[in-house]
Amino acid sequence: MPSIKKPPVAHPSLQPNTLGLSLRDYEGAMSTLCAGCGHDSVTAALVRTFFELNVAPHMVAKLSGIGCSSKTPTYFLTGAHGFNSAHGRMPALASGAAAANRDLTIVGISGDGDSLSIGLGQLCHALRRNVRMLYLIENNGVYGLTKGQFSASSDVGSRSKKGEKNLQRPIDPVLLGLSLGASFIARGFSGDKQQLVALLKAALSHRGFALVDVLSPCVTFNDHEGSTKSYKHTRAHRLTVVETDFVPPAQEVTAQQEPGTTLSVTLHDGSTVRLSRVPEDYDPRDRSKVFSWLEAHQHRGEIPTGLLFLDEAHGDMHQMASTVERRLHDLPFEELCPGSAALEAFQKDYH
Amino acid sequence: MSGINNFAFKLANVNGTGSASANGLLMQAIFRMGIPVSGKNLFPSNIQGLPTWYEVRVNGEGHTARTPDFDLMVAMNAETYGRDIAEVVPGGYVLYDSTWPLDAQLKRADVTLLGVPFARLCTEHFAESRERILMKNIVYVGTLAALLDIDMATVHQMLEEKFERKPRLKDSNRKAIELGYRYAREHLDCELPFGLKAMDATADKILIDGNTATALGCLYAGATVAAWYPITPATSVMDAFKSLCQRFRRDPVTGKNRYAILQAEDELAAIGMVLGAAWAGARTFTSTAGPGVSLMGELLGLGYYAEVPAVVFDVQRTGPSTGMPTRTQQGDLLACAYASHGDTKHVLLFPCDPEECFYFAVKAFDLAERFQTPVFVLSDLDIGMNDWAVKRLKWDDSYQPDRGKVLSAAELDALKKYYRYWPENEDAVAARSLPGVSSKGAYFARGSGHNKYGGYTELPSEYQEVVDRLARKHRRAARAVPAPVIHRTPGARFGIVSLGGCDGAVREALGLLKQRGFLADYLRVRAFPFDERVEGFLSSHDVNFVVEQNRDGQLRTLLLAETSVEKRRLKSVRVYGGFPLSARDVVEGITAKLAAERQAEREAHQEE
Ligand SMILES: Cc1ncc(C[n+]2csc(CCOP(=O)(O)OP(=O)(O)O)c2C)c(N)n1
Ligand code: SF4
Ligand SMILES: [Mg+2]
Repeated sequence: MPSIKKPPVAHPSLQPNTLGLSLRDYEGAMSTLCAGCGHDSVTAALVRTFFELNVAPHMVAKLSGIGCSSKTPTYFLTGAHGFNSAHGRMPALASGAAAANRDLTIVGISGDGDSLSIGLGQLCHALRRNVRMLYLIENNGVYGLTKGQFSASSDVGSRSKKGEKNLQRPIDPVLLGLSLGASFIARGFSGDKQQLVALLKAALSHRGFALVDVLSPCVTFNDHEGSTKSYKHTRAHRLTVVETDFVPPAQEVTAQQEPGTTLSVTLHDGSTVRLSRVPEDYDPRDRSKVFSWLEAHQHRGEIPTGLLFLDEAHGDMHQMASTVERRLHDLPFEELCPGSAALEAFQKDYH
Repeated sequence: MSGINNFAFKLANVNGTGSASANGLLMQAIFRMGIPVSGKNLFPSNIQGLPTWYEVRVNGEGHTARTPDFDLMVAMNAETYGRDIAEVVPGGYVLYDSTWPLDAQLKRADVTLLGVPFARLCTEHFAESRERILMKNIVYVGTLAALLDIDMATVHQMLEEKFERKPRLKDSNRKAIELGYRYAREHLDCELPFGLKAMDATADKILIDGNTATALGCLYAGATVAAWYPITPATSVMDAFKSLCQRFRRDPVTGKNRYAILQAEDELAAIGMVLGAAWAGARTFTSTAGPGVSLMGELLGLGYYAEVPAVVFDVQRTGPSTGMPTRTQQGDLLACAYASHGDTKHVLLFPCDPEECFYFAVKAFDLAERFQTPVFVLSDLDIGMNDWAVKRLKWDDSYQPDRGKVLSAAELDALKKYYRYWPENEDAVAARSLPGVSSKGAYFARGSGHNKYGGYTELPSEYQEVVDRLARKHRRAARAVPAPVIHRTPGARFGIVSLGGCDGAVREALGLLKQRGFLADYLRVRAFPFDERVEGFLSSHDVNFVVEQNRDGQLRTLLLAETSVEKRRLKSVRVYGGFPLSARDVVEGITAKLAAERQAEREAHQEE
């Protein structure tokens, strides 16, 4: 057996980031999902995103509901606290955690069943509250964990593995988010990591509720012929509306400006998203235009992806509640308790 | 017998006409005269147009539980004249609006009618139609001041304070009171066999409702995140918390809030927010009523199993289902004790009045964080929404919140490895770690099966080890919760056990029973899990009457399930129609049971 001495080339992913952490440090426990499950690719994209954004793992709080998708927070960022809550209730828990500690980077992981059926109300209201968080729906058009029932995102005409045809109209999280006033809306595909990482970086830099719908096929229950959420169908019908590039705060935006087709948006943390190949009749800052554009294209069976809508002007939950710019959970007790003299004085009104 | 500083009157109004402020004024005036007084607002679940009543009891000896015997009825709602007049005790009085003649059928030979043309007086003296309606109530305050000898200087002082910044309103209120007062003096015989005489029994007291006291407790305990969904009778907890925070929790430099109140989309979200905030380290609470508790079920189990501190104020109202939202009950004991599926058990506190609402609110946060579990404070509509005269609240400035065992970054660093549910301390509790502190403290909270290290498990032994510790933890909490209050009477033949807002009526009943020759010991349960003294008390009496306000005897059920006391020792006295308990309810309930027992014994003898 010939022995070839390989030169000691460090794998780029083992290069530390600015915190001195390697990609490994952003990984989690071994996944127990089915081999080939889209959700595992989303996890991989999250690992890379956090690594490249130089996020300190302990500053991240990972929350989820129940489902195969909601299991994934165990598979990334072992160094971050996680809360696998109850089916459909992650938005409320995330809202509470964000209220208590505004310094946390809140990541909510959900599924289409978790978010669009049992938790639809909570999704809508967390969005209205504009909780600063990444809200990620791993959308496979099916209930994976309960073995293959249609979910609310199943398209009309899509067939289940058993051959049943779905007749109810789907709830599309992107159109829903647009109509509810979401401030950041993107759609990605678990099969396109490069695009997904850029979208996730932008989402994490957004000050507000960043809704990211990721098509994430279920290989076991919804990857067959006749399903509109399969790898094959998604690849065939996917349309990249805008190319999204994420430029962190320190870096200069160098790309040449091509009028009409390129657009740069500066986020509150100083980073920039550069959107290129934007169609002439598309403006990701114009809610109603985006809505009708997407509706028309989706009607044709296309699956538009990219950073689809962005509104940096809207205040987040803390701004609307006018809270102090400090963590509420560990404010010193002296600043919270008015003391005995104040109680004495207060009770004058009750005599 | 009624007399000076010992009588009750009732005001029958139409809701939405502004009677609440007039009735509050009356209560407060009597309170300021130093006389023990209580007010019970019996209002409909409606915004405008339905009958509403307000009962005022004056009792120099300090018995301020509800009484069903009224010496005077202020009948301001023609629609309910019939039943209102029927409720007056023989020899009592009815004050009515004589603008219109009273139906002859309604008159009672044993009741004196006092007519004042309230509507006419208002039409003659006030121009605007809304004002005419509102001021009618204030006019009867003036008349009652004349009839009952309410100190007018006190009334005027109160108007000064109340309308300090609204001189126009102050003037019309003054005018209305004078109108009613003068009319009574000029046209009525004001010598009633009962009335008021200034005392000095309220100097160290305040007049406050339980929901405001609860909110004060939350403020003083240092709660920073509150989540809720509006529901009667809990809404005013959050209303009060908000106004307290606006006053005491603004950063003096930036003007920004040192609190966050999240109005959730429903109670599922409210408790979810509380769990999320608590997990992230905040002192946090929600306030709700029965329907909300039902909705919170699943997440309360999550809080229990994942060991997340949460404080839930359940201001109980009449169930089941929507029930009677504006009527009181103690119907949520079992629903809260075992809220959620699977083996769950919670810690419950039972305040008996607004004073305890304040102290128990603070205690609830300490217990929740020390034991890392949801803690319920169960008050009820009567305690929460009615004004009670209670001891002035005191605050010990040396108080420091018990945040439980929470590891700092340095403490985590010193550990070889951190495990969420191991090792346990003497409370059967393991140290928490919060997000945002150190990677070393990171763990995965979950409602799914887990072992003591916090890892997922489906192994029977690992699963049981954790849930067995939770049971142990619940038992340990019995030593930390407020102890039962025990009154012993030498020669007592039986025991009375009760809880919460029943207390005043039961204490009054003890005296009445004694007058009839029935001596009883009394234990007031103040929390669940039960202290060993509860079991000791129950087994030291052959008969214990468990007095409570629900149909099924929920406290009795809980006592039977959670102590080893025999069923035969616990008899049940239950009052659950929705009105606050009266001493008469208790006395009649107990004496009827005792009589039935004697009868049964006699029959048994005869058969022998
Ligand atoms: C209250 C409640 N009802 C039902 C379930 C059962 N359940 C678990 S996961 C799930 C559906 C998950 O679907 P989705 O969110 O799309 O996740 P996926 O498995 O497809 O990733 C259901 C119905 C539950 N856990 N809790
Ligand atoms: S069932 Fe589907 S969603 Fe669940 S792990 Fe398997 S492939 Fe993924
Ligand atoms: Mg799914």
